[in-house]
Amino acid sequence: MSQNSSTLPRWIDIGLIPILNVAMALLVSGLIILLIGESPLEAVQIMIQGALGYDEGIGYTLYYTTNFVFTGLAVAVAFHAGLFNIGGEGQAYIGGLGVGLFLLLADDSLSPILLLPVGIIAAGLFGAAWAAIPAYLQAYRGSHIVITTIMFNFIASALMVYLMVNVLIKPGQMSPESRVFLDTAHLPFAHEIFAWMGIKIARSPLNISIIWAAICCIGLWLFVWRTRWGYAIRSVGFNEKAAVYAGITPAKTIMLAMFISGALAGFVGVNEIMGVHHKLLLNYTAGYGFTGIAVSLMGRNHPFGIILASLLFGVLYQGGAELAFEVPTITRELVVVIQGLVILFSGALAYMSTPWIEWAYGALSRRQSSAGQGEG
Amino acid sequence: MTGTMENDGKKRGPGDENSPAASPSAIKLTDISKSFGPVRANDSVNMEIHAGTIHGIIGENGAGKSTLMSILYGFYEADRGTIEVDGKTVKITSSQAAISVGIGMVHQHFMLIDTFTVLENIILGAETSALLVAGLEEARVKLQALEDEYGLNVDLNVLTGDLPVGEQQRVEILKALYRDARILILDEPTGVLTPQETAQLFKILKALNREGVTIVLITHKLKEIMTITDNVSVMRAGQMVAHRKTANTSAEELAELMVGRKIINEIEKSTGQRGQPALKVEGLTVKSAGAVPLIDDLSFEVCAGEIVGIAGVSGNGQSELLEVLSGIRPFDTGKIFLNGRDVSPQHLCDPKEVRGLKIAHVPEDRHRLGMVTNFSAQESSILGYQDAAVYNSGPFLDLPTINRECRRLMEGFDVRPRLPEIRSANMSGGNQQKLILAREIDKGPEVLLVGQPTRGVDIGAIEFIHGQLIELRKQGCAVLMVSVELDEVMKLSDRILVMFDGRIVAEVAGNKADEKMLGLMMANAHSQLAQAETNA
Amino acid sequence: MSFLKQTMIVGAALMLSVSAQAADDKPAVVFDMGGKFDKSFNQGVFEGAERFKKETGVAYREFEVTNETQREQAIRKMAQRGRSPIVGVGFAQASAIEAVAKEFPDLKFTIIDGFVELPNVQAVLFKEEEGSFLVGILAAMASKTGKVGYIGGMDIPLIRAFGCGYEQGAKYANPSVEVIQNMTGTTPAAWNDPGRGSELTKGQVDRGADVIYAAAGGTGVGVYQAAKDAGKLAIGVDSNQNHLHPGTMLTSMVKRVDVAAYNSFKTGGDGTWKSGVQSLGLKEGGVDWALDDNNRSLITAAMEKRVSQAKADIIAGKIKVHDYRSNNSCK
Repeated sequence: MSQNSSTLPRWIDIGLIPILNVAMALLVSGLIILLIGESPLEAVQIMIQGALGYDEGIGYTLYYTTNFVFTGLAVAVAFHAGLFNIGGEGQAYIGGLGVGLFLLLADDSLSPILLLPVGIIAAGLFGAAWAAIPAYLQAYRGSHIVITTIMFNFIASALMVYLMVNVLIKPGQMSPESRVFLDTAHLPFAHEIFAWMGIKIARSPLNISIIWAAICCIGLWLFVWRTRWGYAIRSVGFNEKAAVYAGITPAKTIMLAMFISGALAGFVGVNEIMGVHHKLLLNYTAGYGFTGIAVSLMGRNHPFGIILASLLFGVLYQGGAELAFEVPTITRELVVVIQGLVILFSGALAYMSTPWIEWAYGALSRRQSSAGQGEG
Repeated sequence: MTGTMENDGKKRGPGDENSPAASPSAIKLTDISKSFGPVRANDSVNMEIHAGTIHGIIGENGAGKSTLMSILYGFYEADRGTIEVDGKTVKITSSQAAISVGIGMVHQHFMLIDTFTVLENIILGAETSALLVAGLEEARVKLQALEDEYGLNVDLNVLTGDLPVGEQQRVEILKALYRDARILILDEPTGVLTPQETAQLFKILKALNREGVTIVLITHKLKEIMTITDNVSVMRAGQMVAHRKTANTSAEELAELMVGRKIINEIEKSTGQRGQPALKVEGLTVKSAGAVPLIDDLSFEVCAGEIVGIAGVSGNGQSELLEVLSGIRPFDTGKIFLNGRDVSPQHLCDPKEVRGLKIAHVPEDRHRLGMVTNFSAQESSILGYQDAAVYNSGPFLDLPTINRECRRLMEGFDVRPRLPEIRSANMSGGNQQKLILAREIDKGPEVLLVGQPTRGVDIGAIEFIHGQLIELRKQGCAVLMVSVELDEVMKLSDRILVMFDGRIVAEVAGNKADEKMLGLMMANAHSQLAQAETNA
Repeated sequence: MSFLKQTMIVGAALMLSVSAQAADDKPAVVFDMGGKFDKSFNQGVFEGAERFKKETGVAYREFEVTNETQREQAIRKMAQRGRSPIVGVGFAQASAIEAVAKEFPDLKFTIIDGFVELPNVQAVLFKEEEGSFLVGILAAMASKTGKVGYIGGMDIPLIRAFGCGYEQGAKYANPSVEVIQNMTGTTPAAWNDPGRGSELTKGQVDRGADVIYAAAGGTGVGVYQAAKDAGKLAIGVDSNQNHLHPGTMLTSMVKRVDVAAYNSFKTGGDGTWKSGVQSLGLKEGGVDWALDDNNRSLITAAMEKRVSQAKADIIAGKIKVHDYRSNNSCK
């Protein structure tokens, strides 16, 4: 029964259970690693060391985290409106197209100070527009958004290939990539910023987009829980009939939520295109949009939880790459298995352990209370 | 099916004076406790239900009746305590286990699949054979025997969704009997029934009881307890506070036991200062997909300082009427006047504008419409008024103000606990309803639309809510009330309109109505009856 | 350059005259997103690397990237470990190789199928259009309907270059031939979608094509099977795939990425590794058409003569095969 979850204290619900879920996933992963003849402990050590143990690793971890924060928030805001946006991948792709097109057109004409804010706006607008079409179809035509958003991932992919292969490719070049943007249009990397301050850290793709991600977290929190529009979104998400009763138009609210969701996903393009690659190319979304679903689920659709979950997935991605690098028998497929297990246990099976924990908590608290009575 | 058991001579231990020592116990609960987090839903509950009796369990909403029955039916496991069925200690961990020891349950909300036939619904989950067809025939024979034995007439071949509510309930009962239930638990069975259907149900229960079925009736309606039960147990705040032989108690005593204090049941209903028509409806029609309109050429008016009650069996257009008037549902033809001004254009489906016209709405179904159960109480307390300037400062919601205002509403309407931060779902039905009422009344409406003002609300809160509606009437507000509780309609209304098939089929003055008359009107049988009488 | 050509052509011969690999020989390869078992390009490199390992006993380090940013990360990691030569697979790794090669000027880098011009980078390119031209000739000559098909994998310039060379070859052999072209898809999934390959093949057969050339990685498996089922001919790609369906595999356009990888490793160890751009066409043995026992019966003497002549003409420069990639157009 659904109300059961509310019988547990919050710290168990949002703290202990996710940790246990990850622990279970790692346990199963450990068994698999043991099966192929490697040491699970060593593997965990390599993963953590590789993700958090040195500056380059941390840089990569935080770079992944940045993407997951964007896509996780995107899934979360849609989820608050009761929508399952699994089109983050396509929205991120098109968001990147937005910022890329803008920079290709304006990197030499616009003042560098304006490039970042307008780039962010371009990415957001393109991502939002891409989400707006499925949103419109859901809100006014009743096409299920899960279907339409996933189809729009394919359309985005096809559109990008078409544009990159036929239109935007730098002439005389084999790979479908645009020209590189002017240096003034590159977001500063973390290692560059630290270098200006006189601190030398290793190169990594981490760039100032992470600050924008942090701003988005705070902004989304304020928006969802502190504004009447967020109120409307949550009303529609929890109880559409009550929202109608309250004079909230679900269709408009769906549009709003998806618009914001798409914009957030689109910001992946800022990180990838403006921050890392400095040119338009293909496949830079690399599944971040899909992973965002797991991130959001695990983070309980709350920005703070999403930050933690994004960090975890950043560690999994970077640590996983490190693991595949260091241990030849652990292939990238196995790393995907480990990531998949974490998603499985903390997403699909998120509530599997809840009854046991409830039982244990119930037993414990009863013992405590009866002990308390005994003393009193 | 076992017949009524003779006293087997086993003397029962000394019970309290009210416990009848006639038959052996069918169910005996000892020291049952169940907590949800810090909430003790059941606290050391002891109870004995004797075989072959009709046993009532009464208590306010949130008193723990449903939890107790859920434990008995295997939905929850008790933290502590033992359950004995027919003298044997049993462990009931699932509804399957409950069924296997002979316990059947008829839920408040039917667990039926509309698109299955009655027969299919009944055998669902209890198929006797891998081959459905063979199983169906086997079941049909058994069910026919059951129907004959208990006089439960239901056509096994019709689609369940096509049956009236009363018959659907009979399907539920058959379902339990088909699974060899000897103890039948009914959870608030009359909530959805007309008085006539209720009477029919009670006839069936009596028949079952004669055949030896032990019946447990959970209700919050005192009248039903007094009418049909042999024994009654009263729950309050998770505890079993009293057991009585029904014959030795009174409705007044039970009410006091339930609430824990004396109840004033009569309302001082001064004759109101009836003013000008505040709300007037002319020729209102809402079409439906089928042939019969949902609302069919409806005309009436509600004056300032007047309570107009709408009686009717659920599903005869009352809900739609409230939805149209509150702007949730568009209508096809007709006009709506507010204080003589035609406001029909504004009524084109915009609840926000309707609120702007000082029409407040306490919806019938507070969980689905009136509040968002996942919201905090303070968030629910601004539902519908979330855009109001007072609750916003710039782009942000003004949480300190919302909190302060919610606390004020809670104090004014005695909403407990006085915690604006509490999750709305964690408040009892009565307190939820009081909060919604507070929210709507606080805005000083000229017209109040109120649906089922006391559905699922405990006695103490009913008293309070009725008082508030009367107070509102005194202040000159026009109140349009839809309710299936005839007592309530008769008690509060200056005028009563009876709806049937989307039309108003009768109007009576509140002080002239009685239950039988209203019941016949609700079934649209009064005219035929009247005709028959004149003919005779 | 002439030495280099020789190296490539007689790579196999060189292998036999094994000179001891240097002790500090620490080769590495970074596979691209397709993975080393993609039955196509990456796998070719993998096979070359494995052959090197078997023959010399020198272990190499490998990594398969899973996203765009990992390319540079992995190559840099290899470099940080002092690996050399480091082989990057696929044009997509070109920019990563370029960046890391600048940071580590003392290490050797090889990019296969990509173009990077740095003193410590060896870029190996293939003239796929030349090999495709030859199989195009064979297709046009084998066709009874005068219609031949081409099924590409993911729609990118490289794959269009295959189709473009094929079309030129077919038209060269029979100016009135019709070339039906389809791409499997626009995402990397197009490299491994045999079902779609099979569908496209049936579609092309319905439109009259009776020889179908697939340059589509794993998708080709479906193409060859469908062609066989329809009693039509198919042409394989990258490695010699004639053995898959003897009797209906007309030939294969082979692209020796394995040799490229092998040579990079090999020369990296024995001191003969050279930087610079190598463009491997028919002349250098980088691409060719395959003739073996499996397809001997399908190739008539006239066909063999014609194609051998064309090959010689291309090598001699008498026939110029247009490269789609030079101007992003097949004209």
